[in-house]
Amino acid sequence: MHLALFLIFAAVALAGAANLLLQKHPINASLSLIVVMSSLAVLYLLLGAEFLAIAQIIVYAGAIMVLFTFVIMLLNEGVEEKTHGSRVAKLLGFPAVTVFLALIASIILSSESHLGKVVIGESITTTQDLSAVLFRDLLLPFEITSVLILIAILGAVALARKDEQ
Amino acid sequence: MIPSSWYLILSALLFCMGVAGFLIKRSLITVFMSIELMLNAVNLSFVTFAHDWHAVKGQIFVFFVMMVAAAEAAVGLAIIIAIFRTRQTLNVDQIDLMKF
Repeated sequence: MHLALFLIFAAVALAGAANLLLQKHPINASLSLIVVMSSLAVLYLLLGAEFLAIAQIIVYAGAIMVLFTFVIMLLNEGVEEKTHGSRVAKLLGFPAVTVFLALIASIILSSESHLGKVVIGESITTTQDLSAVLFRDLLLPFEITSVLILIAILGAVALARKDEQ
Repeated sequence: MIPSSWYLILSALLFCMGVAGFLIKRSLITVFMSIELMLNAVNLSFVTFAHDWHAVKGQIFVFFVMMVAAAEAAVGLAIIIAIFRTRQTLNVDQIDLMKF
C-alpha cells in the first residue's frame, strides 16, 4: 500500500517536473508545477507531516501558483521563443548538473545503512507538536517572518505600481 | 515499508530537474518557476530527515521556507511585471544589460 502510493505519486511528481521542462507555453508549465506540488503534499502525508501537507496545498499550490498563473494571464506573453540559449549552460551547466546528481545519489546510497525506513503512520507529527515548538521555542523567528511578509507585500505594491508622472 | 533514501533520491532528481529548467528555459517566468521547483525538492528532503530523526524542527524549517518562498514570489513577480512594462519582453536573452 505504502509502496504503491509512493511509486504513484513519485512518478506523478517526476512526470510533472519533466512536463515543466518540455512545455513551451508558461501557463502549461505553471499547471504542471501545481501537479508536482500536490503530489509532494501526498508524499508529506506519507512521511507523517500532516500540517505541512495541508500548508503545501494552501500556500504553494494555492496562493503562490495562483499568483504565478495570474501574472502569466496578466502579461499574456505567449509561447516562449526558441533560441539557442547560453553556450556556457550547454558546455558547463548540463555536465555539472549530471555530476551533481551522480554525487548526491552516490552519497545517499553509500550512507543508506545510517538512514532509517519510512513506515506509514509510525511517527506522525501533529499540528499540536508543531505549534508547541513554533510558538514556544521559535516565537521570535515566527514574528520576524510576519514582518518579512508585510515588507514583501509593501515592496510588491511599490514595484508593480505604475508611475503617475 | 520503504527506505528513506528513496525519498532523498526523488528529492535530488526533482532538484536537478529544477536546475536543468533554470538553464534551458528562455522565459523569465518559467525560470522563476524552476526556482520554486528546486525549493520544493529541498523541502522534501527536509521532511524526510525530520521523519528519520524524529525532529520536529526540520518541519518548522520547511514552514519557514514556505513563508519566505511566498514573500519571494510576491516580490519576484512584481519585478517581472515591472520588467515587462519597460522592456515589452520576458525573454532572458533580451534582458541582458547586466551581462558581463
